[in-house]
Amino acid sequence: MGKYIVKRILLMFLTLFIIITMCFILIKLLPLPAVREMGRDVNLILAKREQMGYNRPLLVQYFLYLKGIVLHWDWGVGEQMYEALSIWSVLTQKLPYTVMVNLYSILMAVPLGLMFGIYAALKKNKWQDHVLSTLVIIFISVPSYVYAFIVQYLFCYRLGWFPLTVESLENAAFFSARMIRSMMPAILSLGFSVVAGLTRYTRAELSEVLTSEFMLLARTKGLTKSQATSRHALRNAMVVILPMIIGEFIGILFGSLIIEKIFAIPGVGSLYINAITVRDYNFFMALTVFYTFIGLASNIAIDISYGLIDPRIRMGSRK
Amino acid sequence: MSNKTNLPDFPPEKFQFAHKDERIHDVRFETRPISYFQDAWLRFRRNGSAVVAAVLILLLILFAIIVPFVSHYTVTFRDGYYKTVLPRNPAVEHLGFWDGVKNQRETQAGYDYYSGIGVETGRQVIKRVKSQTVDANGITYYSLNVDSYGKVGYVYVNLSQDQYRALQDYQDQTGIQVIYPLQETHRTNYVMGNMGANLWYKLQDPRPTSDGRALLDEQGRHIPNYMTSQSKTQADYTSLRIAGDDGGADGSTWYVYGQRNQSGFKARVDYYEYYKYINGVEPAFLFGTNAYGQDIFTCLAAGARLSILLGISVSFINFIIGAAYGAVEGYYGGTIDIVLERISDVLASVPFIVVATLFQMHLGRKVGVLGSLLFAFVLVGWVGMAHRVRMQFYRFKGQEYVLAARTLGAKDRRIILKHIFPNAIGTIITGSVLAIPGVIFTESMLSYLNIVNLETSSLTSIGTMLANGQGYLSTFPHITLFPALFISILMISFNLFGNGLRDAFNPSLRGAEE
Repeated sequence: MGKYIVKRILLMFLTLFIIITMCFILIKLLPLPAVREMGRDVNLILAKREQMGYNRPLLVQYFLYLKGIVLHWDWGVGEQMYEALSIWSVLTQKLPYTVMVNLYSILMAVPLGLMFGIYAALKKNKWQDHVLSTLVIIFISVPSYVYAFIVQYLFCYRLGWFPLTVESLENAAFFSARMIRSMMPAILSLGFSVVAGLTRYTRAELSEVLTSEFMLLARTKGLTKSQATSRHALRNAMVVILPMIIGEFIGILFGSLIIEKIFAIPGVGSLYINAITVRDYNFFMALTVFYTFIGLASNIAIDISYGLIDPRIRMGSRK
Repeated sequence: MSNKTNLPDFPPEKFQFAHKDERIHDVRFETRPISYFQDAWLRFRRNGSAVVAAVLILLLILFAIIVPFVSHYTVTFRDGYYKTVLPRNPAVEHLGFWDGVKNQRETQAGYDYYSGIGVETGRQVIKRVKSQTVDANGITYYSLNVDSYGKVGYVYVNLSQDQYRALQDYQDQTGIQVIYPLQETHRTNYVMGNMGANLWYKLQDPRPTSDGRALLDEQGRHIPNYMTSQSKTQADYTSLRIAGDDGGADGSTWYVYGQRNQSGFKARVDYYEYYKYINGVEPAFLFGTNAYGQDIFTCLAAGARLSILLGISVSFINFIIGAAYGAVEGYYGGTIDIVLERISDVLASVPFIVVATLFQMHLGRKVGVLGSLLFAFVLVGWVGMAHRVRMQFYRFKGQEYVLAARTLGAKDRRIILKHIFPNAIGTIITGSVLAIPGVIFTESMLSYLNIVNLETSSLTSIGTMLANGQGYLSTFPHITLFPALFISILMISFNLFGNGLRDAFNPSLRGAEE
């Protein structure tokens, strides 16, 4: 197991390295945008460019870029936005908002999804199951931004339950009620599809487990239906469901890109979109690495968690 | 407990040998054999929701194909005055919905303004006064149902000599009053809209600080404030005159219907009729217009065409590349598999938004926005398909019939194409269909975020339409509603259809349905 994890992580860094290289070269092939005039910051950025070897050969630039990251954790500075500020500092400043929105929505969605899924599995092929299945297919298919529009129109404009903008961290603490309330529209919009996905998944897994032999044995030995379901069926279904939840948690960072834009959440997603819009290549590069890393890491986390949760699964073994 | 005790005593002569004089042999099938696709089709037809979804997809595709041909408008069409008007369908508007009417809260001045337009044009602008309230400061507020088309009222237009004449000829032929008299200039800051073209009536307070309330006569009617002239021909106007214009009778004054300026004439026209004159159709936008005055109905069809076309072509190209790649991976296995799998792994790990952005930056100028988006989709999109095909090949390549074919001397190509592919085709088709909504969603998301700008003179995309509508979500939700509704229905239909296909193509589910 340990060897397998090490191998996977090394492989991940190799993939990451290839992707960074490709992106770096592709970005450097583009014409370098001029630094906008704005007083003394120009000199700072020009000095930074000199330090990063912008007028030297591509390979030297690449070497200096990697060296800066590995030795000093230096991702460069903003050139078109957040001028002359360290990219890493801006990123860490934005990260809490993204994490918060995702954390809240996952915390809300997971229990609901499990609940609906278990209910649908227990009522399989009855009308409750059919209703839930229909809702699930609708909620999975409808794009997240459509929920965002509905939520924004209904809850923010018509009913006025939630404010239009997100509180800043200076005004409200991480887990304060005010913060949650201001983030509620985004949380709801993100949550719908997660709930639906989890419901579908849980229903499928659980209904399969419920028909297996050991459930019959559990009932035969005298457990009540709820005992058998919670102690035997759910645990076995969880082997597949839990990694999905873990994957969902990491994967939702991508989905929040559009939600962050709609609700003007000052998170990493908006930062990324802004970087693309104003063509700030340093930000673009760093955030590309960030997103790629998250994607790769979530894959590994899912695979490893299979092995950790279910002792029957031996990861990386030949047989 | 033995069975013997339960059975009655049968006499031995009642027993017979079952096959005593018969020859036992295989019986030829009397029924006709059914092919894989026929079977799939049979079972697909029984899946109600999938059939409904397929019909819906067909309807949406037809909508996208037909509308650009029958619509009076194009994507380039922009009306300067009918901006953000509400959906209106003349066929059903008398029933009280889909009639372009919007609820508005107005002061007395607003009420006078809208009723003034209604009085002058003869078309009711205020459809209904819902309520009338007086607040603590003694200011009256009306809650009105205002016709969003009618409230445009009058606009000033600059016409050349010829246009001016042509419009008068049109009036003479049809008997419809389009040009209305100009009015005396108000010296107030109160304008409301269209540069004050709708203020044809006298105000209670004519000073610059006027609150805009109209001066009414004893019967509560607006008092006209038209510009008058002694000379009938002053503005080269010989056509219809409005009802109150009988100045010729007492020989004193005529209303002025046009003013000469550098380019020709400045006239004040009833925009509703003028629009009909210019465009040849009554202004009725089925889905309303957006903030640029574009017809949402037509734009939606154009955006839908783009989305569906992109979805289907990407899915088709990926199907070909992915199938070939996956077949090679799965069939040959070993080192080839490991190397190819690493390549596709790396490609699959790059977030799509990065690929799309880089392609836009590099190729956007050379092959166009749409072309580079297509390239981006193709570059990474086939990975999923290749993975699926590879799994299928691993499943089938070790089976006996493949071994038999190989023993008989079949070449690799033959085994792949004739023996393994037909078995995997169901999964592959399902995967291709289910990839379409993903492409459509991604395209709309990218154009919504303006990372990919698909809006050109003849092109628009659903994402762009949604982005255009977002700023007006609180005031004009219809701009967002229709594209959002469309894409939701499209996605739901494609998913249901794909699921139906998956079940139909899965032979293990045969007979499992009740």
